[in-house]
Amino acid sequence: MSQFLPDFIQSYIPNSIQLIYLIATGFFIVGIRRLGSPATARSGNQLASIGMFIGVFVTLFDRDIISFEFIIAGVILGALLGAFAAKKVKMTAMPEMVAVFNGFGGGASALVAWGEFSRLETGSFEVQALITTGLSILIGSITFTGSFIAFGKLKGFIGGGRIALPGQNIINLVLTAAALALVGWFTVDPEYQLVFWSLFGLALLIGVLTVLPIGGADMPVVISLLNSYSGIAASMAGFVLGNNLLIISGALVGAAGLILTNIMCQAMNRTLFNVLFGAFGGDEGGPGQDLGDKSVQQTFADDVAIQCSYANKVIVVPGYGLAVAQAQHILKEVANLLEEKGVTVKYGIHPVAGRMPGHMNVLLAEADVPYDQLYDMDDINPEFKSTDVVLIIGANDVVNPAAKTNPGSPIYGMPILDVDEAKRTIVFKRSMNPGYAGIENELFYSDKNQMFFGDAKKSLQDLAVAIKELD
Amino acid sequence: MEDLIFNLFIFVLASFVGFELISKVPPTLHTPLMSGANAISGITLIGALIIAGGSESVYAQWIGFVAIVFATINVVGGFMVTDRMLEMFKKKEDDK
Repeated sequence: MSQFLPDFIQSYIPNSIQLIYLIATGFFIVGIRRLGSPATARSGNQLASIGMFIGVFVTLFDRDIISFEFIIAGVILGALLGAFAAKKVKMTAMPEMVAVFNGFGGGASALVAWGEFSRLETGSFEVQALITTGLSILIGSITFTGSFIAFGKLKGFIGGGRIALPGQNIINLVLTAAALALVGWFTVDPEYQLVFWSLFGLALLIGVLTVLPIGGADMPVVISLLNSYSGIAASMAGFVLGNNLLIISGALVGAAGLILTNIMCQAMNRTLFNVLFGAFGGDEGGPGQDLGDKSVQQTFADDVAIQCSYANKVIVVPGYGLAVAQAQHILKEVANLLEEKGVTVKYGIHPVAGRMPGHMNVLLAEADVPYDQLYDMDDINPEFKSTDVVLIIGANDVVNPAAKTNPGSPIYGMPILDVDEAKRTIVFKRSMNPGYAGIENELFYSDKNQMFFGDAKKSLQDLAVAIKELD
Repeated sequence: MEDLIFNLFIFVLASFVGFELISKVPPTLHTPLMSGANAISGITLIGALIIAGGSESVYAQWIGFVAIVFATINVVGGFMVTDRMLEMFKKKEDDK
């Protein structure tokens, strides 16, 4: 838009744009900072969106931008699609939604690098632009296809378990090394079209092949990591264009994603390498798994109602099964009924419950559960000793004592919720099938445990009716 | 090459800022944080604008156009859905 301004102003434009970018950066940093506390989070997100608006608006004055047809059409189309998706999505489907948005962001960064490369005249290539173009295309494309595969797995279009070719890990490592070599080759010989297209194609393929073998229970790690990738891809696109705002914002997001990835890995006591290259199998039974002749105690709504109503303290441990059954609202209703009877109700949330970091918190917030009733694993664990009843709804591996007691178990060493210390545990479960990790759970056979079989939503509805009938 | 080094400084320092900012976020907010950060990564929209608004080649403009659509979906959808989530986070006092 700069051509519409008077000449004497035009000379100030490049520096002004940079200074306004600095302001936008400030909005992003303060915005992310405010996202760190529930009380200020909403304003933080709004500040970040204002920063984005400022950055985008001022870019329109860039001297290189002289035609607006593509820009207007693209922004309108993208905004409509994005807004529609954001309005329509269910809270239970939030992991899929974030994966899709993330994929589009990564894809956009790869396209920006490609577009900039295609504008350059042959012979005018600089090494630094070429390295970062190659990396931007590599990381952006991996993010793009990886995110859509993650979306497909979360939606259930693609099998949630481990889908792997024999030697898949070696194939992936070789392909990744080949892709990096292609980035190097591209830097040396950018005019060789075959190298450019091979790099693009290989990157897209790596995204597919690396996410495909990863099981549903590891999705929180994958989504965090892809989130980090999309930030790094944006940052690389910033290197290509020499744009500081892109470099900084991308780096902020890249760092954020890495931290979350790390937190998720710690919560499962696994290394990132192990998640990416060694998915849980269903058949690594290990010693001490023979629970053959043990039996479980079954219970029903009326009995659960009595136990909960006469308890002093009840802790609810929700898992992905709660989300699948869309049972968060009825759970809140049950909690309300119990609170009316003077029972203290708290929620214990494992860091990897659900399919993305913090997923359970969002679902319970949707059902109007106040966030100060939600407790992290470390805060709730000391409380189980003094708890009368623990309701475990759709969770399995995060309460499996094998993580503490059985060194042969694949989840050995993973921090869990110490529900076995409570006086009574009640597991809401559809059947005796093992969880996503495919591991038997000794907790089910404990003397202190009872099983309440059925769909979580139906079971909670029955429970609500039974509690009301007690009056 | 000096540009690359300078940009690398910015990149590394910004990463440290990112680590510092995020490491204090409580698990309750991990999903909105991720979704909000994800919207910020749509900043690549700015690059897309520059590609699509240039006039050197129609080929590049079309690439830029697709990049704009992708990045705008990321930005608009990301910020809106984060706002929708955060709207639901309430304290007990505000409940009634």
